[in-house]
Amino acid sequence: MELNSRIPEGPIEKKWDKHRFDMKLVNPSNRRKYKVIVVGSGLAGAAAAASLGELGYEVSCFCYQDSPRRAHSIAAQGGINAAKNYRNDGDSIFRLFYDTVKGGDFRAREANVYRLAQVSVDIIDQCVAQGVPFAREYGGLLDNRSFGGAQVSRTFYARGQTGQQLLLGAYQALQRQVGLGQVKMFPRHEMQELIVVDGVARGIVTRDMVTGRIETHVADAVCLATGGYGNTMYLATYAKGCNGTAIWRAYKKGAAFGNPCYTQIHPTCIPVTGDHQSKLTLMSESLRNDGRIWVPKKKEDCGKPAAQIPEEDRDYYLERKYPSFGNLAPRDISSRAAKQVCDEGRGVGGTGLGVYLDFSDAIRRLGAKKIEEKYGNLFEMYERITDENPYEVPMRIFPATHYTMGGLWVDYNLMSTIPGLFVLGEANFSDHGANRLGASALMQGLADGYFVAPYTVANYLASTKPGSRLPIDHPAAKEAEAVAAQKVGRLLGVGGKETPTHFHRELGKVMWEFCGMGRNEAGLKKALGLIPQIREEFWRNVRIPGSGEELNQSLELAGRVADFLEIGELMCLDALERRESCGGHFREEWQTPDGEALRDDENFAHVAAWEYQGEGSTPVRHIEPLKFEYVHLATRSYK
Amino acid sequence: MEKHLNLTLHVWRQKNAQAEGAFAEYPARHISTEMSFLEMLDVVNEELIRKGEDPIAFDHDCREGICGTCGCVVKGRPHGPKERTTSCQLHMRSFEDGDHITIEPWRAEAFPVIKDLIVDRGAFDRIIAAGGFITAPTGTPQDANALPVPKQNADLAMDAAACIGCGACVAACPNASAMLFVSAKVSQLGLLPQGQPERYTRVRDMVARMDAEGFGSCTNHGECEAVCPKGITMENIARMNRDFIKASLLYRPEVAAGGAG
Ligand SMILES: Cc1cc2nc3c(=O)[nH]c(=O)nc-3n(C[C@H](O)[C@H](O)[C@H](O)COP(=O)(O)OP(=O)(O)OC[C@H]3O[C@@H](n4cnc5c(N)ncnc54)[C@H](O)[C@@H]3O)c2cc1C
Ligand code: FES
Repeated sequence: MELNSRIPEGPIEKKWDKHRFDMKLVNPSNRRKYKVIVVGSGLAGAAAAASLGELGYEVSCFCYQDSPRRAHSIAAQGGINAAKNYRNDGDSIFRLFYDTVKGGDFRAREANVYRLAQVSVDIIDQCVAQGVPFAREYGGLLDNRSFGGAQVSRTFYARGQTGQQLLLGAYQALQRQVGLGQVKMFPRHEMQELIVVDGVARGIVTRDMVTGRIETHVADAVCLATGGYGNTMYLATYAKGCNGTAIWRAYKKGAAFGNPCYTQIHPTCIPVTGDHQSKLTLMSESLRNDGRIWVPKKKEDCGKPAAQIPEEDRDYYLERKYPSFGNLAPRDISSRAAKQVCDEGRGVGGTGLGVYLDFSDAIRRLGAKKIEEKYGNLFEMYERITDENPYEVPMRIFPATHYTMGGLWVDYNLMSTIPGLFVLGEANFSDHGANRLGASALMQGLADGYFVAPYTVANYLASTKPGSRLPIDHPAAKEAEAVAAQKVGRLLGVGGKETPTHFHRELGKVMWEFCGMGRNEAGLKKALGLIPQIREEFWRNVRIPGSGEELNQSLELAGRVADFLEIGELMCLDALERRESCGGHFREEWQTPDGEALRDDENFAHVAAWEYQGEGSTPVRHIEPLKFEYVHLATRSYK
Repeated sequence: MEKHLNLTLHVWRQKNAQAEGAFAEYPARHISTEMSFLEMLDVVNEELIRKGEDPIAFDHDCREGICGTCGCVVKGRPHGPKERTTSCQLHMRSFEDGDHITIEPWRAEAFPVIKDLIVDRGAFDRIIAAGGFITAPTGTPQDANALPVPKQNADLAMDAAACIGCGACVAACPNASAMLFVSAKVSQLGLLPQGQPERYTRVRDMVARMDAEGFGSCTNHGECEAVCPKGITMENIARMNRDFIKASLLYRPEVAAGGAG
């Protein structure tokens, strides 16, 4: 397998402009002869589908929810970054680029990150033009906040509902194209297979989730924008339906999987309460701007109400360990620090897996009213879930799986190792290296969808003949349909005793324990032994009532869990092979004496891209070396 | 404090759109008050699956009150007894030990039942497609700060934009009217300078689509506002009515564009 990143020549700030000029265009009258499939209607998918439709291509867009407006992007709270420098605080495209490369712990491709920073500026303009109601100041201009440890205020936001507003903007643009007949929308359709002929992506097979019909859709190019695979961990901040199915099936057809082990564990989530827990809820990181994080210094104090623990007995551990960033230390670092204090037995709450996020100082300083203005909806959400009033008692938080930096490997054009298959948004291995900075996923999704794919997909289409689409009954399509149908049949045929959720939960426990915040060789090897056992048990003992010819939620879930049971294994394998610590990937064997991550640039300054070798065979690990010409390799320090 | 409840559920079961539906009774035992309402349904479903019975189908995704996917009528009220709370954010501490809980789908002609508690809300998407947008194709619009928006308008627009499109307003309305949903979008875009050029065509097109979808008319019951989990107010309906009247006065049939050249 060849990993050609196709990074354009020239100085970094000229690459994208030059490339845009060098790429081929499709004649406007020819565009309607090309069809593009977009799987996913989140920020990346909706933006791409709408933009390609506007350009005149025929587009089919798919999502598993009942409406494209419900994609998981809707849940993003905090904000979106852009190098507008509206605050005059020293921000620039170069600084956003620099921060993102450094924040990603030097495991991202410089050229991609630079382009991301460049187009970030256009995203805000585009969204405002669509009517996205960003927060404004009294003068009517856009407001910004500092977010996720950035030292400039470059985050644009719409109350605590930024993702919702950005997605609705993209959704409305998409619906406009639906109304105009440019885009055909297929809600409640789940992608099952990718159709590949002679190594080129030619279409997909879907299951209509209402009727159970397995259908073929052919196109001249396929874009996957299906989001992250973090639900492999079972408990996560993802929506329940988020899955890895689309990218996994593409992987099995030859798309390389980049850095599967890079997962982000977000430090500020509401702790688990019991076995019934079905998901975890994120509390926006913006809370760390005013909240102070602490645990008791003494184990004995952990059971006491927070108010009874005097100031001198509290350990504000982030402020202590990282005096210059304090409570705003990056996500991977904050999460690990929380795990450490809990491992020491100093965690709070019923399970001992929690730390305090305390607003009492901020309330004293700014007044409860001001705090309510800033975080009212978040405080309300917290109270609704926990029945505790954070104005009176400190919040309790704990890290949870939140984002996957890994995903299908793509070149500079966002094309995977399968020609004609593009991957956008969180589904690709992306621009975030080993750790994503806050407010950068929304930026990347929209950058890919609005400003990159419309050019690069067109460039690809221009190299194919218009009207050369696969006939719908081509043997390859029939075969892919058969594979999808067989999978359904196989799942229904097991007739065991346990529910799909049971196996998902079991997998999650193994993943969280051995491939979560801290990883080590022995643990990963153990997980690599346990996961196949759970998988076997799944295929022997799962029970799915009902049939495949109707709406069947157990069947849908079982299909996703079957894939998670394979994805989890690849994540562990990748984590095992990456013998260094970087960003969200913390290998306990590689740490400094004071517990900080220790990178190994000599041996691991590369992307690991895994190639499928068939069932039962170990996949092959390819590497794409990373060069750092503009941001020089340095140890990340937030002290 | 965590407590445990024993409950009796009366759930609407309907195999598909064509089938007749009926209530079925299920016990829900040893339910922790820490659980969310949907987690309680998960527990009941796990038991049903283990017994080989068809689990209760219900829509959900984010489970944090923002995607608008979930929604059922709980004890006669859309999204259940707690104000400004979606079904997924409702917690079992809102119930008492021994409670009987009826659970039904949204009921409205424009929202046909697909299965059990799941309905088809595609009509909402079609209303948005008819005009619920600002025409701003991807490209290079002017700098975002070139168009200041008074903070008050921006805030009001955001209030309206908070709608999650769940459909509770329709389910609560005796006429199954979609006015709250439609007016929220009309308001949001109409309050912003970017939305002015299409302000009157937008309201006309959206209302026409709404009527065609079979939603009832608004007779000011106010049930929609009362059950809205996001606090969308009827003020939006007033704004929309105003725009709609103006739109009707302004209406001219479209003249064919183009010409020689
Ligand atoms: C709680 C939360 C808060 C966040 N806050 C922020 C924030 O403040 N700032 C920030 O920058 N980022 C944030 N993120 C991350 C960010 O929201 C996501 O990374 C981003 O929205 C992903 O967008 P996407 O378009 O790639 O995918 P998604 O929005 O996940 O969309 C995936 C789409 O693919 C479809 N799909 C998936 N699988 C299939 C299939 N098999 N067949 C058919 N369709 C399928 C889905 O229906 C959906 O339409 C947050 C994430 C979470 C969980
Ligand atoms: S599941 Fe998303 S709002 Fe309830």
